Amino acid sequence: MAEEMRIVLRNYGKIDPLKIDDYIALGGYDSLNKARSMSNPDLISEVKASNLRGRGGAGFNCGMKWNFAYQAQADQKYVICNADEGEPGTYKDRLIMENDPHTLLEGMAICAYAIGATKGYIYCRGEYPSVAKTLKLAIAQAKEKGVLGDFSIEVRLGAGAYVCGEETALIESIEGKRGEPRIKPPFPPVIGLWGKPTIVNNVETFANIPVIVEKGSAWYAAIGTPSYPGTKVVTLTGDVANKTFFEVPTSTTIREVIFQFGGGIAAGKEFKAVQIGGTSGAFIPASQLDTQIGFDAMTAIGAALGSGAVFVLDESRDLIDVTARIAKFFAHESCGKCAPCREGTMRVHDLMDKINGGKGVSADIALLNKLGRVMSYSCLCGLGQAAPSPVLSTIEHFSADYNAKLM
Amino acid sequence: MDYQEILAKYADMPGGMIEAFHAIQEELSYLPEEAIIEAAQVFGKPVAQAYGVATFYSMFSVKPRGKNVIRICESAPCHVAGAAEVVAALEKELGISMDSSTADGRFALEFTECVGQCQGTPVITINGKPYVDVSPAKISGILAEYK
Ligand SMILES: Cc1cc2nc3c(=O)[nH]c(=O)nc-3n(C[C@H](O)[C@H](O)[C@H](O)COP(=O)(O)O)c2cc1C
Ligand code: SF4
Ligand code: FES
Repeated sequence: MAEEMRIVLRNYGKIDPLKIDDYIALGGYDSLNKARSMSNPDLISEVKASNLRGRGGAGFNCGMKWNFAYQAQADQKYVICNADEGEPGTYKDRLIMENDPHTLLEGMAICAYAIGATKGYIYCRGEYPSVAKTLKLAIAQAKEKGVLGDFSIEVRLGAGAYVCGEETALIESIEGKRGEPRIKPPFPPVIGLWGKPTIVNNVETFANIPVIVEKGSAWYAAIGTPSYPGTKVVTLTGDVANKTFFEVPTSTTIREVIFQFGGGIAAGKEFKAVQIGGTSGAFIPASQLDTQIGFDAMTAIGAALGSGAVFVLDESRDLIDVTARIAKFFAHESCGKCAPCREGTMRVHDLMDKINGGKGVSADIALLNKLGRVMSYSCLCGLGQAAPSPVLSTIEHFSADYNAKLM
Repeated sequence: MDYQEILAKYADMPGGMIEAFHAIQEELSYLPEEAIIEAAQVFGKPVAQAYGVATFYSMFSVKPRGKNVIRICESAPCHVAGAAEVVAALEKELGISMDSSTADGRFALEFTECVGQCQGTPVITINGKPYVDVSPAKISGILAEYK
């Protein structure tokens, strides 16, 4: 039986998040001091050896990314925390920031020391004004205590654009511009904020750092699945008995997430489908419930762990209606910079609405399949590339639902 | 504070236009055309760029709107939890349809995507404050806080 294991939420409910002394009393900022007693390359090697991979969706090795920024020569470097958390069904970063803001600050400060940065930003989504307040208070307290040394952190508020979670769009937004993704390469660790080497990591990624520094890379690398070790905070929504959150090792299976931690399907109904990773994730059928939630296991079934959102639908749900709603989301959130996404998300939405409204024909499904595939490799950023995934996966696994709605 | 004072406050913040726009909206609930033109000047950017920023982000409005901005999440988890019924109840209670404001200028009704409170779907926010597990029956009680 899988068990919960709290690393990033280790202080949840144990401290008053508005009091830095509570955090310090539990060993807070000891890891930062330990990190500062190490050489930069040693610290980076330690993070790399833990095999911590980004929790923001792309799953890149954190220490490896830091090393790029460390090796880049520049008069200024930046550390950015991605707290844009826009993926529908996701609120894990909010949980961390609301309940233990100093864990995030400490993780960022360790990164700053590792790469040689003195300035950091937390890009907090505009929908979280109270979180921004908590963060600002925590920063003021850390400054007063002097724990951050010469590292300063500023909070910037987003303004309601899902695409700003994409790291280069986020950087554009901090620069005060429209949040349109940049063409990569160059990647931010080489050319980032105001042209300087910049590390962008997710809140949950940073929250792992103090514990890795404290307990060592070997300890961390042994938790969960070896290729994507550690834990993942999972948020459950939809037709589960317990719409709640928990933190579990990455070797936990989808079935355990839904039926053990989530208490199964609400109201005694049967399971139909689950979408993992937020609204850009694939819909997964019952036959794949024994997949582990780790990054590579999910990729192997054509799905993605993404943000760790788990959206469950019971047998009574109209999957086509839900997929049409999701298609509207992408048509709305496309930034319009590149044609395959700007036009593609709109056409996918039109076709899904047509089918959902009972006016579709089988040629529309073939067209959706083709369009979706083209978008997945021709769009400029991850938004357009992932946008077709709910459509393609429902066509693959739930074709009967489509056929039932055709003219 | 008028928008000139607000803009002056943020003038030295690198990339501070978005922060300044938030602050202006807190006072006026929207971004007047004059404020956008002045922002361009204060931050040393073309007006087209300032207008581009003001229209890119869904939380900014370039049209006047009601003082208390009610946003209803229509992302998939809220959608299946009954967001449509909440929309209908709000429209009925306020006597307006989505994407418009009450004649007395008190309320604006808007859709939003997920606001990150998905433990309690469906969700609405009023001036950024979340209300979770909303149902049609709860609407009039919630709105009473703002009357
Ligand atoms: C459309 C889109 C939205 C994204 N939204 C987020 C987000 O809300 N939070 C986040 O941390 N990463 C998000 N990402 C991933 C970031 O681009 C980036 O990979 C991540 O912040 C890197 O941090 P990590 O290595 O710690 O995961 C998004 C990517 C795309 C393409
Ligand atoms: S894929 Fe979509 S969101 Fe990304 S740059 Fe192109 S238009 Fe913008
Ligand atoms: S889905 Fe509605 S608040 Fe997250």
